[in-house]
Amino acid sequence: MASKGIKDRVAIVGMGCTPFGEHWDKGADDLLVDAATDAYKSAKVDPDQVDAYWLGTMGSGVSGLMLSEALKLDYKPVTRLENMCATGSEAMRNAAYAVASGAYDLVMAIGVEKLKDSGYSGLTGSRPPSDGTDSSMTAPATFSLLAPAYAKKYGVDEATLKQVLARIAWKNHKNGAKNPKAQFRKEVPMDKICASPSVAGMLGIFDCSGVSDGSAAAILCRAEDAHKYTDHPIYLKALSFAAGPAEGYFSQDYDFTTFPEVVASSTDAYKQAGVTNPREQISMAEVHDCFTPTELVLMEDMGFSPRGQAWKDEQEGRFDLEGAQPVNPDGGLKSFGHPIGASGLRMMYEMWLQLRGEAGPRQIKNPKLGLTHNLGGAPGRCVSFVSIVGNSLG
Amino acid sequence: MAGITRYGSYLPYNRLQRAAMGAGKGERAVASYDEDSVSMAVEAARDAVRGAGELGALVFATTSPPYAEKLNAATIAAALDLPRTVRALELGSSTRMGLGALLAGADAAAGGARALVVAADVVIGAPGGARESGGGDGAVAFVTGPDAESLARFVGRASATTEILDVWRLPSDPFAKQWEERFGAETLGPIAVDTATRALKSAGIGPADLRTVVLDGTNARAVALVPEALRLKPEQLADPLLAAVGRTGAAHAGLLLARALDRASAGDKVLVLCCADGCDAVVLEVTDRIASQRPAHAVDRWLGSKRNDLAYNTYLKWRGILPFEPPRRPEPERPAAPPMKRADHWKYGFVGSRCEKCSTGHLPPQRVCVKCGAVDQMREERFADTSCKVATYTLDHLAYTLQPPVVAAIVDYAGGGRLSCELTDVDPKEVAIGNELEMTFRRLYTGQGVHNYFWKARPKR
Repeated sequence: MASKGIKDRVAIVGMGCTPFGEHWDKGADDLLVDAATDAYKSAKVDPDQVDAYWLGTMGSGVSGLMLSEALKLDYKPVTRLENMCATGSEAMRNAAYAVASGAYDLVMAIGVEKLKDSGYSGLTGSRPPSDGTDSSMTAPATFSLLAPAYAKKYGVDEATLKQVLARIAWKNHKNGAKNPKAQFRKEVPMDKICASPSVAGMLGIFDCSGVSDGSAAAILCRAEDAHKYTDHPIYLKALSFAAGPAEGYFSQDYDFTTFPEVVASSTDAYKQAGVTNPREQISMAEVHDCFTPTELVLMEDMGFSPRGQAWKDEQEGRFDLEGAQPVNPDGGLKSFGHPIGASGLRMMYEMWLQLRGEAGPRQIKNPKLGLTHNLGGAPGRCVSFVSIVGNSLG
Repeated sequence: MAGITRYGSYLPYNRLQRAAMGAGKGERAVASYDEDSVSMAVEAARDAVRGAGELGALVFATTSPPYAEKLNAATIAAALDLPRTVRALELGSSTRMGLGALLAGADAAAGGARALVVAADVVIGAPGGARESGGGDGAVAFVTGPDAESLARFVGRASATTEILDVWRLPSDPFAKQWEERFGAETLGPIAVDTATRALKSAGIGPADLRTVVLDGTNARAVALVPEALRLKPEQLADPLLAAVGRTGAAHAGLLLARALDRASAGDKVLVLCCADGCDAVVLEVTDRIASQRPAHAVDRWLGSKRNDLAYNTYLKWRGILPFEPPRRPEPERPAAPPMKRADHWKYGFVGSRCEKCSTGHLPPQRVCVKCGAVDQMREERFADTSCKVATYTLDHLAYTLQPPVVAAIVDYAGGGRLSCELTDVDPKEVAIGNELEMTFRRLYTGQGVHNYFWKARPKR
């Protein structure tokens, strides 16, 4: 497979991110204006300096027109795209290739979602006209399948696993409490997490990420131009994407303890970036913790923990903010919230802050390489994105 | 000459105890929220069509058709994967039409065709009334064919058609009404006796020759005149299953016949009589094929497989009689006609595909093999009767359902193939990985005025 990567050829030179939460007083266009304005200011550019846009949203609007009309763009190209919950990262990935190609000099990737206008609990998707036979499992239900499978395969009793999952939620809420832009900013005690009634399987309310509104944006240029905008750019070392054949939904060999799509995309990303030992070389990561067992399994799929050991690493605090390999330092989907189109860019926003020493109470000491991981779909049938970023070339 | 060559029956898993309705003793059979007369008809017919040979006609009788106008029999034919050239007939308007359908099947068989006759009903009544507590939900199916294949031959019959305001319901009314029973008994009683007498005469036998007598009708008093008039002994009378099941509308006479056949011996003569808006009576003689052509599920097997802790208000919600607070989830959208037609083998027939190159099974059917990548090298395979089991599962408390929680399972099929599928007729506490399952045809929901049928899995009954 030819996936050659564009390591160190593209830099992020400005970012913006709205607070995530229930923004009854802001529509999608308001959020886009807020995030874009913050990004322009961050890169110290006038809007007109941006040559092209990539707009990610799952269901809050259609067409690039959604952005160009809100921002009153001067007839610039705007691509609207979607890749389920990996939409925000997908916007960035495509913007990066465009600027690397030389077709444009300065581009913006921006994602937005307004989930709180529908009045429904949980995620709802709109589908094209169908034959009525599609699986009707909700998102929590599909991801809840990971937990008993993991417990069974690695001989972890379910009570212990429940504690491990609760600790993941606890960790992410603790991090979110240090984050003024997060949806949920209070620490949540373990016993409250464990006492929550079931939403699906072993998962209670606190095992599920927040439904929220928000927007985030990044401005990118070729690495050699980064100095025009900032003294502290961050460089893209890897961008990878894997869309699976939904093998898990057809093959009896799939056992719900892994995401082959994540393995494929992280393997490709490590190759592009020259990472040979992710556990040692990746300083910090923002991963797709839509549900607590997802984060657990991702640690192994991405090589941060050996197979069957992530639960111990979680329990020992390896992935805590103060741990050896902090995961979701900004609170993750869990406490920052998950406005679908924006999440991938929000993850990059934390890497941006951390790599520039601007993460305040969440600051990790001397991070070298950061990783963002963004997933869309369900275990057995999903898409996965991985990026690797750093604050120096080479 | 013609006869019944195969048969099948079906009783739903749930029972509502009459005490829960404040209506006395015993219990009534209750179709689940995901069942209707069509889905139950399919379940009864699956046993009947097994080994029955090529069918030329389908006759469906019900007084609770899911569609008032759209051929419900076509859905039954599709779910059974019957030949596309089958002739269909759909009867309704009186519970006597179940037996009427059997007579139509007998006529088709006498004309040289094999006919599948199915009768099913979901019986409701105004809450607190006798129709509600006395009714039951169920289905029965018969295949009629030549003498040479019959396990019971038709040897006599008689009919009467009577204009009478006994049971009636306008199409726009949810609940049927019935005139006072004494009036019905007075008018219909003598008609039942007369029809029974003529049926026996046409068979050339007397009452004492009858091994089993099935008596069914809208008016118990009317029908009670028959044993008196014919001087039948109590042991000749088939248990009408009113205490344990309730009267299952158009299916009932046939259901009692099926139960009689479950216990019959070669040489037995059976009288089946149904009295409603007149009377139909048919006399059958059981042959020695009865021992080898019985269905996989006897009526008593369905009877014994049940859950009877249903709450009355749940029952009322299931039947749409009681409005209730909906969840904060979108209303289901109607399935669309072109995708349903393209996928009709899969959706109704549960026909998936198997790769001819590497033998991997696919549910739903695919053009590209998930294992070897071969394109357009698949053959069709019906998975409806394939053994299957729970690979893993979860209890979904967020998904909308009339029987929370949704039990969502990943189901693995013997010989390969996997499907993400809802389980039904199951106690969530008893689900475990490895549980053996069987597929069942259900109505998932009705969205924007369109019924959405598909398959679910249930623990083996």
